[in-house]
Amino acid sequence: MSNKKKKKLTPIQQEYQDFAKDREPKPQVLKNCIRAFLVGGIICTIGQGLQWFFMKYFNFTKETAGNPASAVLIIISILLTGFGVYDHIAQWAGAGTAVPVTGFANTMASAAIEHRTEGYVLGVGGNMFKLSGAVIVYGVFSAFVVAILKLTIKWLGGM
Amino acid sequence: MLKGHQTWVFDSKPVIISSAAVGGAFEAEGALAEDFDILHEDIWLGQDSFEKAEKKLLEEACETAISKAKMKKEDVQFFISGDLMNQIISSSFAARTLGMPFLGIFGACSSSMEGLALASLLIDSKSAEYVVAGASSHNVAAEKQFRYPTEYGGQKPPTAQWTVTGAGAALVAQKGDGPKVSCATIGKVVDMGISDPFNMGAAMAPAAVDTIEAHFRDLNIDPSYYDLIATGDLGSVGHSIAGDLLDKHGLKILKHRFTDCGLLIYNKDQPVMAGGSGCGCSAVVTYGHLLKRMKKGELKKILIVATGALLSPLSYQQKESIPCIAHAVSIEM
Repeated sequence: MSNKKKKKLTPIQQEYQDFAKDREPKPQVLKNCIRAFLVGGIICTIGQGLQWFFMKYFNFTKETAGNPASAVLIIISILLTGFGVYDHIAQWAGAGTAVPVTGFANTMASAAIEHRTEGYVLGVGGNMFKLSGAVIVYGVFSAFVVAILKLTIKWLGGM
Repeated sequence: MLKGHQTWVFDSKPVIISSAAVGGAFEAEGALAEDFDILHEDIWLGQDSFEKAEKKLLEEACETAISKAKMKKEDVQFFISGDLMNQIISSSFAARTLGMPFLGIFGACSSSMEGLALASLLIDSKSAEYVVAGASSHNVAAEKQFRYPTEYGGQKPPTAQWTVTGAGAALVAQKGDGPKVSCATIGKVVDMGISDPFNMGAAMAPAAVDTIEAHFRDLNIDPSYYDLIATGDLGSVGHSIAGDLLDKHGLKILKHRFTDCGLLIYNKDQPVMAGGSGCGCSAVVTYGHLLKRMKKGELKKILIVATGALLSPLSYQQKESIPCIAHAVSIEM
């Protein structure tokens, strides 16, 4: 917890939180990192394999083969989400399944499935981006900032 | 009758003449499967939404409790119930089906004992002859409202808990055979500044401790008076904190006499992290498992301390800490 947040707590609250902290199981950071590394690596290896596959058999170039490769990963991820398997893999793998494109597909598919009962417009349509919306907003915004920086440096004669 | 600061003593000893527990598939694999009246294989219960499924759980629990006492719902004066859904829709909608005069309550997961305490008060004050107290929760409906979509692949920390899919109901009467409600302690809201909704046990433990201490102070009795003191849904994390906190405050409860409904309900090999939670947790364990043990004569006097985290998805997004409450009800054979 940040120090700023702790300052607002009364001494009794602080004492209790320290008391409780000693009795809480700690998240196993190292174990989680290794698992995330393994699963994330496996997903990326599959992606790489797909890229070669599309280059070799479907005449894609190195630049364009990424599109069908990620599409296949997305489809697999959505199918696994729909069959109720993805969340179990993710509980084991943590960031390993969250960071690659499969994680993004999962946020959209899971929200769409969850809110199906509220109808296609207000439910599926309105909630599909509930979790992934933040990724899109800040993804686009950071791309914009980076592009501005690149242009500015170029304009100053830096590149 | 008020005794001490916050405890009601029921002189007429309202009787729980029947009770019922209904659960889902995950509970059927749990440690207390045999103590349920109805177990559903289908998490949807044949309904088209999880919210409707939860309502159905509650309806079944109430109907079973009433029919077990060989009564009709017309004989019951009041229905008191609470759940975790926004605007307590599960309870209100079940009350619509049951057609009984209804008092909706919200005490988050403490609703089960809040309901039983109020039902006993109505009986004790001769305001009713028969009252049904119920509470329900549904794993997926609660996850959907409070956390993330069920199929979302977010990793849960080891302090997280598993919301019970289940509903429990008790039929309380002025006289009859069965366990008697002797007193109830109404808790106050305690907030120790914990704001992590994946760590409810640690947030709720101080509320449970506060209510347990108030109970023994008001009644001027010793914890050894009870054969079993069970908290509602503290899970393994909250349970060990509460135990140590009571020790620290000088209230000695023997380890084997202090337990938690969230620890009892599931098997060790089920992936529930710290344990069970939800309104249904204390309701099914008390109205199913514990009352059965009392009837078998294994337990004579028990104290149920149902704990509730009074947060909303909005309050936690606004970085509010989690206010918690606990209500204790003493049941004696």
